[in-house]
Amino acid sequence: MKPFNRREFLKRSAVVAAGTLPLSLVEVAFGKNNAQNFTFAYISDSHITHIKGKEFVRNWDRGLMRAVAETNLLDPKPDFVFYGGDIAQLGKPEEIDHGLEILSGLSGKTHYVMGEHDYYNDLGDYWQKQLGADHYSFDHKGVHFIVLNSILTYEKWMYQKWDKGMDRMKQMARLDNPHGQPFMVGDAQRAWLKKDLAKIDKDTPIVVFSHSPLQKIYKGWNFWTEDAEQVQALLQDFNKVSVLYGHVHQIQYNQIGNISFNSAMATAWPWPYPKAYTQVASYMPKLTVEMNRADPFFERDATGWQFINMDTGNADLHYLLPDNANRVVAFDKQAGHPADTQFQDVSKRIPPQSHY
Amino acid sequence: MNTKIALLTLNILSALLITAPIKADNFSENDVIRWQNEYMSVVTDGEKLFHGGLKSKNTVSCDQCHPNASNIHPETYPKFQQQLGKVALLGEMINWCIMNPLESEPLALNSKDMVALQSYIHYERRGVPLAPGKH
Repeated sequence: MKPFNRREFLKRSAVVAAGTLPLSLVEVAFGKNNAQNFTFAYISDSHITHIKGKEFVRNWDRGLMRAVAETNLLDPKPDFVFYGGDIAQLGKPEEIDHGLEILSGLSGKTHYVMGEHDYYNDLGDYWQKQLGADHYSFDHKGVHFIVLNSILTYEKWMYQKWDKGMDRMKQMARLDNPHGQPFMVGDAQRAWLKKDLAKIDKDTPIVVFSHSPLQKIYKGWNFWTEDAEQVQALLQDFNKVSVLYGHVHQIQYNQIGNISFNSAMATAWPWPYPKAYTQVASYMPKLTVEMNRADPFFERDATGWQFINMDTGNADLHYLLPDNANRVVAFDKQAGHPADTQFQDVSKRIPPQSHY
Repeated sequence: MNTKIALLTLNILSALLITAPIKADNFSENDVIRWQNEYMSVVTDGEKLFHGGLKSKNTVSCDQCHPNASNIHPETYPKFQQQLGKVALLGEMINWCIMNPLESEPLALNSKDMVALQSYIHYERRGVPLAPGKH
């Protein structure tokens, strides 16, 4: 048997490393001579939870650690990482710091989006002190990226007299709170967005990051943004718009006019689809092929993270799902909307995708 | 002597039957309302336990994964739980969640808290047809 030379050893090691990872990581087909051929990683909803002293909930820590470790193994390397919001569970400085410490393991630049769990303890003060502005834009390889803070709500509610910021936080942290307040981008940010977009060519691909869906799905769990239509109206004139959001802890996708919507998986825990709550009506986009139902006995099941291929100027989402078949939801040019590359056809769906 | 006691007992029973206003199979609207209220007060207790009232050791609460008690599917129990290797009760699965994601001590299956949790879980799923064993 021929002894391994170094080159062959490295090649085989790479295959082994890739073998432990979902293979789609190394199968991104870049367009030739395309200025937009790049990828970025997208991690969201870690809900790092402080117990006491130096104790944090182990399960949620593990989810984020796994996503960070896997992201670092991406090949080709992503140009940057987006964090989609809810680093913390109750917006405590200990939680934000602990989450950022885990995220500091990422190689390369990370951009952050504000989640309601980061915000409502101190109205985003500590988060902004550590991470900077909650809404901004930048250009990268021909794509215009926009970050919005979409988890604001009525000022009257936010600024009413609370004994403690934590009381306000706990109201917002309860997803099924019957006295919950709807998320919104608000007048000031919408005015900023209008101005920001005024200088952008209509053919420039736009990618918008928000924590909440910039569409209305189910108000009872804030799968919802109150001024979604007004934000959408500002984006409709552009030819290629992708909205990427966290918050929902599940796979969702939709198309409204020129705007494609895609959600991120959480690294912490999965959420049911709203239709699983049978006492109310929900409006899940018909396009969405749902993620597999969660197996509670495997604590990472129905969690995950994703990387996004911008090859076509539309955001194609590759979902990395521990111990599950990975999913790819890519923009289907002919159909004009995002579609699952494997399961979109009803006859291709599998029993775990049926939720009730 | 024994006959005397037996007669006395019979007399007391007859007296009770004549004077007792309620028969087992004859209850009023007010009774139904009262019983429903009793149930709803336990549902309310269960809702509180479900939303952080259990004081779990790691602060995690049931509603974090199960908003409005969804994705529990109480109508499908008892059912074969592959991971336990047997047909399990809803209460056993609740205890599994308390021991694992909540990292806390399990409840006795007939404890007040367990009854309250199940009352809330069933209430949020009211109207869904029974489907024992369903996956």
